[in-house]
Amino acid sequence: MRGTIARLARNRYAAFMAIAAAVLLLPLVAPSLFYLRIATLVFIFALAVLGLNLLMGFAGQVSLGHAGFFGIGAYAVAVGPAHLGVPAWAALPLGAALAGLLAFVVGRPILRLKGHYLAVATLGMGLLIGMVFTNEARWTGGPDGMPVARLVLLGWTARGTQTWYWISGATLALGALIAINLIDSPTGRAFRAIHDSEIAATVLGVDVARYKLIAFVLSAVYAAVAGAYLALFDGLVTPATAGFLRSIEFVAMAVMGGLGSILGSVVGAALLTVLPQLLTVFHDYEQIALGTIMIVFMIFLRAGIVPGLAALIERKPP
Amino acid sequence: MPEFLQFMFSGLTVGAIYALVAVGFTLIYSSSDVINFAQGEFVMIGGMVTYVLAAAGVSLPIAALLAIVVAVAVGLLLHRLAIEPARDASAVTLIIITIGASILLRGVAGVAFDKNFHSLPPFLGAEPWHVGGAAILPQSVIVLAGAGIIVLLLWLFMNRALYGKAMLATAANRVAARLVGIDTSRVVMLSFAVSAAIGAVGGILVTPIVLTSYDVGTLLALKGFAAAMLGGIGNPVGAIAGGLLVGLLEAFGAGYLSSSYKDAIAFLVILAVLFAMPQGLFGRNTIERV
Repeated sequence: MRGTIARLARNRYAAFMAIAAAVLLLPLVAPSLFYLRIATLVFIFALAVLGLNLLMGFAGQVSLGHAGFFGIGAYAVAVGPAHLGVPAWAALPLGAALAGLLAFVVGRPILRLKGHYLAVATLGMGLLIGMVFTNEARWTGGPDGMPVARLVLLGWTARGTQTWYWISGATLALGALIAINLIDSPTGRAFRAIHDSEIAATVLGVDVARYKLIAFVLSAVYAAVAGAYLALFDGLVTPATAGFLRSIEFVAMAVMGGLGSILGSVVGAALLTVLPQLLTVFHDYEQIALGTIMIVFMIFLRAGIVPGLAALIERKPP
Repeated sequence: MPEFLQFMFSGLTVGAIYALVAVGFTLIYSSSDVINFAQGEFVMIGGMVTYVLAAAGVSLPIAALLAIVVAVAVGLLLHRLAIEPARDASAVTLIIITIGASILLRGVAGVAFDKNFHSLPPFLGAEPWHVGGAAILPQSVIVLAGAGIIVLLLWLFMNRALYGKAMLATAANRVAARLVGIDTSRVVMLSFAVSAAIGAVGGILVTPIVLTSYDVGTLLALKGFAAAMLGGIGNPVGAIAGGLLVGLLEAFGAGYLSSSYKDAIAFLVILAVLFAMPQGLFGRNTIERV
């Protein structure tokens, strides 16, 4: 039995299968729609974190500004139908393309920076995008945000928690599948070579700037799609959607779940989405509990929850 | 001209606080490679504890002193309970730990104090002084003078005191410092204590002007971090220059261009500087070993 589990876990599609199984089985055990709503939020955030993990965990480049791309996706499906006459089904890919394009344009100069300098540059980029959403009130409704019209596709309207549960769950599984295949491709190996040492990667003939840019653009597209889903699911966008704290939250999800782990992205997103819901019973002590849990987890599972637990299990004799 | 002076005064005042936060970042980073995102919470503790004690009837100087003691104790606890146990963890893991600590401290402050905005009475009265047609609050002068004194004391400590020299040595090369018998984990502890004290003093000085509440730390950490990176992380001179520059950019940007985009202007300049000088204004080039 243990051997079977170990063999399954070593399969490179293990993370995909685990995610797909979770998406399929959760509705059977969820006692109410409220749980499905939380699960939908988890899937949406996990999608953004998955993209960020490609950039941070595999290519080794930090970003403290990914909420900016998330916000571009969210505002695209809000502003498109409301002001530009673009229906949501078209605004969604357009928003993702716009986020990708922006990442492509700013990526080259920004990704020359390293470590904490890259962190502050991406932080600045995210803040600048967020400021546009806050200040261009004519288009975005300003600090109060704006309502988002429902997604209509060939006469069918996507509404309700269950619909969005399946849409976001399927997209997350697809996103994981794409990520797994990418990691196992020459591009993925180039990412990991850059992560280990840029100079060594260059010597081996990896076009470092190009592959960093690919990771950055990809992660921006993942974030934008997730942002669009959140806006369509919630029916509302506010500048907080794209705020600095959201960027920090994405990084915390990726790191706590486990950098370089596909399943870790989902576990990290689940932890930091579900925890605040559970901790509301503590009322005023909610932040204290959340901060303490973050510290304790990171001290005891430094590599993140999924890689950390995997190492613990492997160390035990069968 | 008076307008220009006015913007300059307000920019320097805010910049001085950013500079103090940035110096705090720099001290801890040099000795331990940790980017401490709970740095802004030290500023909050300085302001809030002073306010609470002063409101309870403690005289202002004693309240301020106690606030610094509390901040230092928190800094030491943070190091002992959260940083030291994860000493060998990766940089990004440590960052998440300090972010967790920042959330935790904010939570504690929200429960222990309250969630309202508070102020302190200005130390030298509220009547502004007039210089070249511009008005400057006496408290602004105190903030600037206070920041200047802190920087001077820190410089003396680093260059004259044995512990300060140990900090410099640890910052320069940790292994070499350990080889000559410096207890580097003590130095890291000391850097947390000094950073906490500097942050708390900044918080006390600035509270009469900008108000304080349990959650002011986040924004200050953000600006202080940006300032430290603009100056070049690990360099105290760079941190001070970076802090003042960010403050001035905000003030002039808000005054002459657009108040709703004042942060945008500061960050655009930071981005431009980093594109031209990827190690910040005063940073050194690092060499990567393969």
